[in-house]
Amino acid sequence: MTGAAQRSKAGPRWGIDARLLIFLGPALLLVLALFVYPFLYGVGVSLTPSEGREGIFSSYAAFFGDARERASIWNTLRIAIPVTAISLLLAVPLAYRMRRPIPGQRPISALFVVPMTLGVVLVAQGMLTFLGPAGWFNKTLMGMGLVEEPLRLVHNYIGVVISLIIAEFPVVFLLLLGYASGIDPNLERAGRMLGAGAWQRFYRITLPLMMPGIAVAAALSFVATFAVFPSAVMVGEPAGSTRVIALAAWQAAYERFDFSMASAIAITMAAIELLFVAAILFIRSRLYRGPSTGGKG
Amino acid sequence: MGKRRKGIAGGLSAWLVYAAVALFVVLVGGVFLSVLLNSFAVSWFGGWLPDGFTGKWYAFAVDEFGLWNVLLVTLIVALSVTGISLLVGVPAAYALARRDFRGKSLVLGLLVLPLLVPPITYGIPLATMLYEYRLAGTLIGVILANLAPALPFVVLVMTPFIEQIDPNLERAARMMGAPTRRVFTRVLLPLAVPGILAAGLLVLVRTVAMFELTFLTAGPNSQTLVVSLYYAAFSAGIRPGQSIDAMAVIYMATTLLLLLAALRFVNPVNMVMRVRD
Repeated sequence: MTGAAQRSKAGPRWGIDARLLIFLGPALLLVLALFVYPFLYGVGVSLTPSEGREGIFSSYAAFFGDARERASIWNTLRIAIPVTAISLLLAVPLAYRMRRPIPGQRPISALFVVPMTLGVVLVAQGMLTFLGPAGWFNKTLMGMGLVEEPLRLVHNYIGVVISLIIAEFPVVFLLLLGYASGIDPNLERAGRMLGAGAWQRFYRITLPLMMPGIAVAAALSFVATFAVFPSAVMVGEPAGSTRVIALAAWQAAYERFDFSMASAIAITMAAIELLFVAAILFIRSRLYRGPSTGGKG
Repeated sequence: MGKRRKGIAGGLSAWLVYAAVALFVVLVGGVFLSVLLNSFAVSWFGGWLPDGFTGKWYAFAVDEFGLWNVLLVTLIVALSVTGISLLVGVPAAYALARRDFRGKSLVLGLLVLPLLVPPITYGIPLATMLYEYRLAGTLIGVILANLAPALPFVVLVMTPFIEQIDPNLERAARMMGAPTRRVFTRVLLPLAVPGILAAGLLVLVRTVAMFELTFLTAGPNSQTLVVSLYYAAFSAGIRPGQSIDAMAVIYMATTLLLLLAALRFVNPVNMVMRVRD
C-alpha cells in the first residue's frame, strides 16, 4: 500500500534503476568512450616521454623550456582576449538598444546569423581580396586621401583579430540579445519613475541584470577563439606573431610526429582555457543572481 | 504595456554603436562580395572589378575537388551524426528532465565539458586512438569523432525543452493504461517534435561546420566540405584562387540553406545557446 502510494506521488524519485540506465546509459557510454577516455589517454601519452627525453614531465618541460613554443600561449591570449573584449563592447550596447521588439528585429537578427554561415575559409579568402593592398577597402581609403600607403590588414596579427571578430561578434550579440530581451521592462520604468536618467538606468539596472549573460558570452567566445587555428594560418603570420597554441599542438603531432609533446600542449591548452572559464564563472557567481522578471502586482 | 520608447541613452554613444555596426556590415559585405565576384572572375588584378566573368571555376571545382563526392561524404557524416545523437540524446535528456538521482550534477558536468573544452585538445588523442583501432581516415571514424560534441549538445538543448512539457499529460496517459513505449511514442514524442527538429538542425549545421575534429580524423576519402575547402585554400598557389572562392561560395550556400531551414523552427536568438545557463 505504502509502496503504491509512493509510486503515484508526483515528487522526484531518487533511486537509480534499470529504466534510468536504459535512458541515460548509452549517452553516458558514448561520452565516456569519445571524450573522457581520449582525454585521459591524452594525459597518459603526454606523461610518456618520447624518444630522446626522460622523466614523466619531460614533454611539458620541453614545451615550457622552448621560448618559441612557450610564446604560442602568449600569442593565443593576445588574440583571444582582445577579440572577446571587442565583441562584447560592440554587442552589449547593440543588444541593449534592441532589447525591446522594434520593427524589423527578426530580419536584423537574421542578418547577424549570415556571418555564421560564411565559414572560416570564405572569410579568409574574402579578407585577402577585400582588405589586401589592392582591395576595395584600401582603394577607397586611398581614393579619399585618408592614407598614403595601403594599410597592412592581412597576413599579420590584425588580420587574425578581424577574422575572429567577424566569426564571434554575431554569436556574442545573439546570445546577449536573448538575455537583454528577457529583462522585465517594468524594472526600468520603475527606475525612471524614481528619477533615474537614461545612463543611470542602463548602468544601475539593465547592465547588472545582463551580467550573467555577458559572463556566459565571454566564456563561450573565449573558448572558441582560444582554440582557433585555420584563420591564424590563412590570414595571419603562422611562423611568427600568430603561431597560436592549437597550431603548435598540430605541428607537434603531424609535422614532427611527437605525440607526447602534442598531447602535452593540448592538455596545457585545456588547462589554461578552463582556468579562464573558471575565473569568468567565479566572477559571475559573485554577481547578482536572481529573477530579472520583477514582481507581480 | 506602453508603446512609447523614450530616453535613448546618450546621442553620441548611439552613433558610436551604429557606426561600429555599419563598419561591421561593410566589412562582412565586402568580404562576401569580393569572394562572390572573384569566383566568377576570369582574372582580377588590382582593378575595381574583375576583367571578365565566367562560370568555369564552378565546373573546375566539381572536377578538380571531386565536389559531388565531398558533398556526399558531408551529407552522410552530418546525417549520421544528427541521427545517432538524437536517438541517444533525446532519451537521456528525458531522463535528466524528469528524474532526480544521485550524481546528476556529475552527469551534467560530464555533458557540459565536451562543449567547453576546445575540440583539438581531445581531438588529437582521439585521432591517435582511432588510428589504433584502424578507424581513423574512415567515415565511421569521422562520425564517431563528431559525435563527441554533438551528443552533449543535443542533451543540453533537449533537457530544458522536455522540462517544459507538462508531466501531467504523461501521467494521464499512464493512468489510462498506456505502456511506457506508447507514452513515449504517442504523447511525449509528438509534443517534443519542435525541439527535436531544432536540436537536429542545429547539430546538422554544427557538424557541417566542424573543422578541427574532422580535420584530425578524416582521410582522403572521408573529408567533409569544410576540410577539403581548407586543404584547397592551404595549397593555394597550386590551384587558381577563383576555384577556391567557388568552393567557398558553395560551402556558404550549403550552410546558409541549412540555417534558413533551422530559422523556420528556431528564433535566431536561441541559435547560439550552446550551453544552458
